[in-house]
Amino acid sequence: MAATLAQKLVAKAAGRASVTPGEIVTCKVDLAMVHDSSGPRRLKPRLERLGAKVWDPAKLVVITDHYLPAYDEDSRKIIQIARDWVKEAGVDAFYDAQGICHVVLPERGHLQPGMFAVGGDSHSPTGGAFAVYMFGIGATEMLGVVVTGEIWLKVPHTIAMDFDGALSPGVSAKDIMLFLIGRFGMDGGQYQAIEYRGPAVRALSMQERMTLCNMTAELGGQTGLVASDEVTLRYLGKGEIWDSDPSAPLLARHRFNASDLAPQIAAPHSPANTRPVTDFRDKLDLAYIGACTGAKLEDLRMAARVLKGRRSSVKLLVAPASLRDQQVAEREGTLGTLVDAGAELLANSCGMCAGYGPHLLAANTVTISTTARNFKGRMGDPAAQVYLASPYTVAASAVTGRITDPRDMLA
Amino acid sequence: MKAWVFGDNLDTDVIAPGRYMKFGIEEIARHCLESVDASFSTAVKPGDAVIGGRNFGAGSSREQAPEALKHLGVAVLIAESFAGLFYRNAINLGLPAVVCAQAKRIKAGDELAVDLERGKVSNRTTGETLECEAIAPFLMTIIHDGGLLPHLEKKLARPA
Repeated sequence: MAATLAQKLVAKAAGRASVTPGEIVTCKVDLAMVHDSSGPRRLKPRLERLGAKVWDPAKLVVITDHYLPAYDEDSRKIIQIARDWVKEAGVDAFYDAQGICHVVLPERGHLQPGMFAVGGDSHSPTGGAFAVYMFGIGATEMLGVVVTGEIWLKVPHTIAMDFDGALSPGVSAKDIMLFLIGRFGMDGGQYQAIEYRGPAVRALSMQERMTLCNMTAELGGQTGLVASDEVTLRYLGKGEIWDSDPSAPLLARHRFNASDLAPQIAAPHSPANTRPVTDFRDKLDLAYIGACTGAKLEDLRMAARVLKGRRSSVKLLVAPASLRDQQVAEREGTLGTLVDAGAELLANSCGMCAGYGPHLLAANTVTISTTARNFKGRMGDPAAQVYLASPYTVAASAVTGRITDPRDMLA
Repeated sequence: MKAWVFGDNLDTDVIAPGRYMKFGIEEIARHCLESVDASFSTAVKPGDAVIGGRNFGAGSSREQAPEALKHLGVAVLIAESFAGLFYRNAINLGLPAVVCAQAKRIKAGDELAVDLERGKVSNRTTGETLECEAIAPFLMTIIHDGGLLPHLEKKLARPA
């Protein structure tokens, strides 16, 4: 029977020939990822209470990214628990201060098409860019996985988002997602699988595909998926092709022409509060390029394309999403372009995006940000105003000090 | 139980703000929902119900969001729909989450009684009964055990 990519991945993990949307199955987990905030500090006491051990330390990846750099006694303690616990638990795959988990995980080769994985963070669908069924779970549920190696799942329906044509210069995966979230709402995904398809998606690099799958969290899907293809295999250096059967039944199929898409802005306080950039002229105090959503190497390159030979007229903070991406950006001159434009560099961590750390937004500060969420109070004071946009748009807006269409600067 | 009513897309940053996430649940709970209702954490009573619209719990995987509500004594969550991740977290912490298409008929301060197994909410203030979705039996087992942790404890003590 024809099956979607999501069904095939779930069936494999459930040890079944096929699965039907809506049925409850138990899946074996190929990989579990946790970070310092949701991971060791919450797992350790619960494992001790149960007198249990990690089911398979080779399948657990621990990455510190939330409380870095440690800025007080509490955050130092949280990071130290992670460092001590990985030794105790026999976890070899420990990446300490190497960048944000969703970026570090594929960067270090932990994801392969066909896998079934969970992450202790809501942006875990990022892994779906590699045709991995990956989704976020909370710390107690992670405890269940870490003890049993299994998790229950309601087999999802698939909603297909098909993009024909090609994105225009200055328009990116982030704009696709802001557009979709604005169009369908934060529950548009109905906690089902969202599959991004069509020529415009096939044309995207792996990191841009990661941005699509990453913001599936804000679209309300359980996971976001892109079928693996030659782009995936080239990035990974190996791997299998996993794709939906063309005739597999879908919950819905939405078709768009990527060529029609303009840069998008999500106004405070919701990622669904989205309109084209041309509707905005708001004055800004701060521009932020950061997060798994918006500060990967490709994101830094987009910002640099706009900022080359220009200066930011507002405070511009850049927190590259991983150390490795930052090093490549440095070698190729991308980072230099950003610094020459006035950017102040922050650590390779979640930082401001999650409202962690010392850089919190003050009341009434107006910020444009490459991050994924502008919920009230998330990045600091509840009266701070956060606009979400692509790296192109954030860079162009930093130059003028107002929300600005980047296409004018790329001409 | 008394109803506390909030709107659509009540997000985890509003329920459990990130800047308090380094603290224990007691401190996080003190700031629960403060940006939309400053009095909530002190005025809510054990056994009360929190009502949302669509997509209750949108956002983060942080289970301190349902945990803070539970810590304050909230006995049940009722909403038109829940964000999937938040729903799983709530159940895993033993906090029942009831999907009720007519949740918006409940007004702030209404007195409610909830039948989780049958999926019914009786509004004692208005006299009406709202039909809701019953919680799946295997999830009710986790709720009855007090959450996934005590549930696993039981299972590990007496392997099936």
